[in-house]
Parts: sequence; C-alpha cells; structure tokens
Amino acid sequence: MNKSVFFGAMTVAGLIAGASAAATLDDVKARGKLNCGVTTGLAGFAAPNASGEWEGFDVAVCRAVAAAVLGDPAAVEFIPTTGKTRFTALASGEIDFLARNTTWTFSRDVDLKFDFIGVNYYDGQGFMVPKSLGVSSAKDLDGATVCIQTGTTTELNLADFFRSNNISYEPVPIETNAEGQQQYLAGACDTYTTDASGLAATRATFEAPGDHIILPEIISKEPLGPLVRHGDNEWGDITRWTLYALIAAEELGVTSANVEEMAASTTNPEVARLLGTEGTLGEMLGLDAAWAKNAIASQGNYGEIFAKNIGEETPIGLARGLNAQWTDGGLMYAPPFR
Amino acid sequence: MSDTHAHTVTYVRETMLPQSAPPSTAQGPVKWLRESLFSSIPYTILTLASLYVIYVVLAGFLPWLLGGVWNTSNIRECREVLDGAAGGCFSVLSERWNQLLFGIAYPQDGYWRPTLAFVLLFVAIAPVLFSSAPRKLLVVTAVYPFVAFWLIWGGSLLVPLAALVSVGVGYTVYSKLVKTSFAAGLAGGIVAAAVIWTILGFITPSLSGVLALEEVVSRNMGGFMLNMILGVICVSLSLPLGILLALGRQSRLPIIKMICVVFIEFIRGVPLITLLFVANVVLAYFLPPGTNFDLILRVIIMITMFASAYIAEVIRGGLAALPRGQYEGAESLGLDYAQSMRLIILPQALKISIPGIVNVAVGLFKDTTLVSIISMFDLVGMIRGPILASTDWNGVYWELWGFAALLFFVVCYGISQYSQWLERQLQTDHH
Repeated sequence: MNKSVFFGAMTVAGLIAGASAAATLDDVKARGKLNCGVTTGLAGFAAPNASGEWEGFDVAVCRAVAAAVLGDPAAVEFIPTTGKTRFTALASGEIDFLARNTTWTFSRDVDLKFDFIGVNYYDGQGFMVPKSLGVSSAKDLDGATVCIQTGTTTELNLADFFRSNNISYEPVPIETNAEGQQQYLAGACDTYTTDASGLAATRATFEAPGDHIILPEIISKEPLGPLVRHGDNEWGDITRWTLYALIAAEELGVTSANVEEMAASTTNPEVARLLGTEGTLGEMLGLDAAWAKNAIASQGNYGEIFAKNIGEETPIGLARGLNAQWTDGGLMYAPPFR
Repeated sequence: MSDTHAHTVTYVRETMLPQSAPPSTAQGPVKWLRESLFSSIPYTILTLASLYVIYVVLAGFLPWLLGGVWNTSNIRECREVLDGAAGGCFSVLSERWNQLLFGIAYPQDGYWRPTLAFVLLFVAIAPVLFSSAPRKLLVVTAVYPFVAFWLIWGGSLLVPLAALVSVGVGYTVYSKLVKTSFAAGLAGGIVAAAVIWTILGFITPSLSGVLALEEVVSRNMGGFMLNMILGVICVSLSLPLGILLALGRQSRLPIIKMICVVFIEFIRGVPLITLLFVANVVLAYFLPPGTNFDLILRVIIMITMFASAYIAEVIRGGLAALPRGQYEGAESLGLDYAQSMRLIILPQALKISIPGIVNVAVGLFKDTTLVSIISMFDLVGMIRGPILASTDWNGVYWELWGFAALLFFVVCYGISQYSQWLERQLQTDHH
C-alpha cells in the first residue's frame, strides 16, 4: 500500500517534470525570469563584481537569451553551480539553461540527456613556460618537468602528446590549479599545462605576466558550450539561434552601437531578417520580432562580448585564435538566417 | 645558670627587624626570568631559539600587515602601489567586505537587518548562558527566533507573528494537559498549534503588506552571515534533539530505543558532505519541479540531524558516567521518569558533557563551510568562488583566507572560553 502510494507520487512527479520540460518557454515567460546556471566563479567567464552583479563571457550568453525571450537582459536569476551540481540542477528543472564552460562530449550529450546548443568557446589544453626557458614550441620540451593535475583528462592528453612526438617528460603531480600556480612559480616544473583559457587567466594573476608565454600548440579539443534539457526542442531552438544571432551579428557587422541604425536602414536582406525588420523569424521561434535585436543591443555581438570579457584588452588577454569568425580563419560559423 | 649566661651576652635585640625586600634576584621580573626562561643552560638555549623563531615570524608578518594597501581597486593597481615592497593587498577586504559578510545578493540598504539580528542574538542568549542575567530576558529569548526570521528574510511581520501565536497557544494547551499525562500534553499542544497556524494561514496572505520588510529569498543569503545562521540554528536545535536521542537510546521501550539507535548509527556512519549532497541534489529529483523546498531549510535539517547524533552520543557518555546510585536515589525519592531526569540525572550528566558538547558545537560551526561545495556562497564559498574568480582579485590568497580564519577564530575561541567559564561555575566538588 505504502509502496504504491510512493510510486504513484513518483509517477506524478515524473509527469509534472515531463510536462514542464516540454514548455520551458512558457515557464520562463510566466516566471518573468530566466534561471541560468553559471559557475561559482571563473575569471572572465562568470563572476559577480563588487556590487554583486554577474559579469563574464558565459553570463553574457545568459543575458542575451533573457533579452531575446523576455526583452530584458536583467531578467536573469543566476544560479551558481559547481562541477558536481551543474547537471542535476539542469536535469531537475532548477535551471532552464546552463552556461558554465562545459565541454561538449558524446556521453554528456547522449547519455546524460542534454542538448548542447552550440559552442561559444573553443578551448584546448596548452602549455605555459617562463620566457627565460627560451622555448617557442611544445615540441622543444624534451626532458622537461611538467606540472599536471592528476586524475584529469589533461593528464592523458599530455602522455599522448609526448609519446606521439617521441619526446620524454617528467610529470610533477599536483592537486589543484592554485597548487599548480604555486609550484610553477616556485620553479618546481619547467612548464604548467591545463586548458589554454585557464592558463591565460592564471598568467594574468602573476606579478610579472610578461615573463611567461603560452606556447602555440593546443593538444586537445575542449569545445565549451551552453546546454539545455533534452526533449524540449522549441526551447533548444530559441537558445541555439540566440547564440547564432550573436555570432552572425559579428560576421554581418552588426554591433551594439549600430544595431538600431542597421535595423532602420539596412540594405542587406540577411541583416534585415536577423533584426526582424523583414521576414518572420521571431514568430517562428514564438518570440517577438525584435528578439535578436534585443540580444545584440544589450550584450553586443560575439566579438564584442569576447573583447569585453576575455579579449586581448582585458587582464585575461586571450587571442581570438580558433574563436575567430570563419572568414578570419576561425571556427565561428553561424548557419544562414533565412 | 641563666644569670651567668645573661651576663655573657652584651646585647639583646628587643624589637623585630623591619621586613626588608628580598634580593632583586629573588623577586619580580628578574626572578621570573631566571626561573621560567633561563633556569639552566638547555632552557636558556631553548629560550633563545624560541625568541629567534618569534622574531623571524614577526619580522615577516608585521611589515606585511602594517605595510598593506587598503584603497586600490584591483590586484594590479595594488602591486603597482606596493612596487615590490612587502605588504598585503588588503584593498580586497575594503572593497568586498560586504560580500564577505553578507553574500553577493543581499540588498545593500538592508545590511542593518542581519546586523541587528546579530546584536539581538546576544540579548537573547544571555539568560540562557548566564544564570546571573535577569530572568525577564527569557521573554526576549522566546520571541527572538521569530524576530530574527523577520529581520533576515523580510516579508510581513504577520507571518512570524502568526507562528509565534500558534506556538504560544500550543504551549498553553500543553501546560494545561501535561499535569494529567505528558503524552496527552505533547499531542494536544502540537494539534492546537497546527490548528491555529492553519487558521492564521488564511488571514496572513491578504495582509502581506503589513509591517513588511523587503523580502530576501534564501538563495540570496551568503557570506559569514550564512555561516552564523546555520551555526546558531543548528546548534540550538541539535542540543534538545540530542538530549532526546540520548535518553531514547537508554529507554526501556524497545521501539523508541531501536529508532534512536538506528538514527544515531546511520547518521554517524555517513559523512556530512554526503548528507549535504542528498539535500541539494538527490531531493531535487524526488520533488516535483516548481516545489522549491527552500535550500537553506534542507541544509539546516541535514546539519541538525548530523550534529544531534553526535551530541546524543556525547550526552550518553555523560549519562553512563553517573553512578548507578544516582538513578536509584531518584527512584527511592518517588520521582517519576520525567522528574528524575529533569531534577537529578540530566543536570549532572549535562555538566559532565559540557566539553564534549562544546567540541561538537565548535566543529559544527566550522563544518558549515562545507556548504560551499554545494554551491552556496558562505564565507568560504564566497572567497573560493566569486572573489578569487574575479579578474580584479584573482591571486589574493593570504589576505582573504586570513580574514576568514580571523572571523572563525573569534567565534570559536569565544565559545571555548565560555565553556571553560561555565565549567568553573558549575564546579560543586571541593579542592
């Protein structure tokens, strides 16, 4: 008897969960706020500033989605998640959208039942060395001591890289990034390896960042992107095309500064469709015609977001690299808005 | 005989010599130095070595502390100002102090509310902690939880007021019925409180604007305030629960005994962090989405369960330490179970358990920092997450962790000093 009541309750809960998963857009509109999962803090990607407002590269994507759906980039409830809590928070419906520098992998997409809506940052494992070492390529690192976090994929990538290049290395195992930073600065290892964006952020905190360089070789693929629950394709479309709108806007030369002017007087039909002055793209998504315009006006295009949060002018100082537009030799490529 | 002897002595002192001061080497600081620090050659060597160590530590620490920078806006500016000199970047504290104390999202113009609640806390616990404090203050203690809830979470005053009224009614019913039977009193009290609470529940929503403070949701609590909230609530809840569990474990009623044993052994066999993950992650799967069972409440329940199991074992130790004669003496006086426990057994058992209870309380207070792992921004979560991750302050470790250590040390040292004072107060044996 008790058991059947329990399972009954579970079924009801499951049904409600299923129903709500199918209508995330309605939930968000009814709530008037987007629940967006972010990291508890990663320099340049997401962190609250001194007055408690969230800022960063991933945060901008959340705000763009809120601007597109609700017309207000401030209508976001940021829910900090750790590496351990992020997937349950999304699966349980606590958050609508997860933008937390999460690597797109097969098992996450297929087995954990999520949909990655695209890639907003192509990362990869890199090496940092002191300038005084006189090394300009990772292939010159024969016999080097390497600080490496144990038990991570970076450890395996490192072994693969050195073996395939037929050179040797001596690992210095470390536990956390903070420890790695310290060991590296103390000279316990010749080079420190982790994700390139992490290396850049780490280097930015050094007293003399100019004395260290990040080598050009990237030895693994870490496509970081936002994700949503599997099964609600309408919501997936909205978030996917909001991200693409930001990327396309850069390609088409639409910026936060000129978006109003472009919307009023553009002669480029694709820009007109993107900004909602022509066609019915917004209606197809179930949104306002100005959805993409709102997103771009509030956050700027992809290039602006990059430059503002992690670009070369910021202390983090990342070059565009793989994240440049496809027209500039990068991988950022938005499908046509048509 | 005596006469002749008397004549041989030319002078006899008839008054006492005035007391003179002991030689300078046998008194005051010189004596202290000789006896405590330089009494033998090995001691002298040890003393000099210790002095050297203290000098080295202070020579490094004091310039860092005193030469620190307090008014730059990020770590790069701070390093520019220091220009290689030894000194701390304390600017991070002067810029982010509000986030460290109250979290990122608590409304800035509402900081007086938790602060006031914190000050009132001392008024409220004074009559509990010090028997010399006026007894009338116990009224403040009884009202305090409701006031503090209103101050910190905001909303209408009527909600905590309704809770207070229902608890008051429940207590009145309990005290009327308890004379006939304890169980009837307890049941009657709970039912009465629930009825009143339900009735008032129909009225309060319509008056939600009355005496309302800006509402703050639990998610926006953070910083040291969150540690204090969790610590205070969980310690004060787990103490009575722990006493009940300890008594239940010794009970002659098999079912009660079994429940208590299973609860205590299960909770003690599971790490706190596991319970916190259950509270945060697993419960989210069972509850239907939308039923947002308050995260702080979930965490409070888990930490309280954890702490009460430990306190129960500490108190059981106290109960076991009492000689059998105390129990028999209580029975021979004709006291029933509740009376003998209240008047004879528990006062003695609790006194023996004080160091253990304080140990658990201090440990529990520090364990509240574990909530940073389930992405709540307590003091440690605040430092590890938002502050160290901001591009402005990434790399400032010593200043932030030193500040956190200082805050925790002050509280924990205070608790430990109080418990030592209390042990001296309760000392009834003679030395």
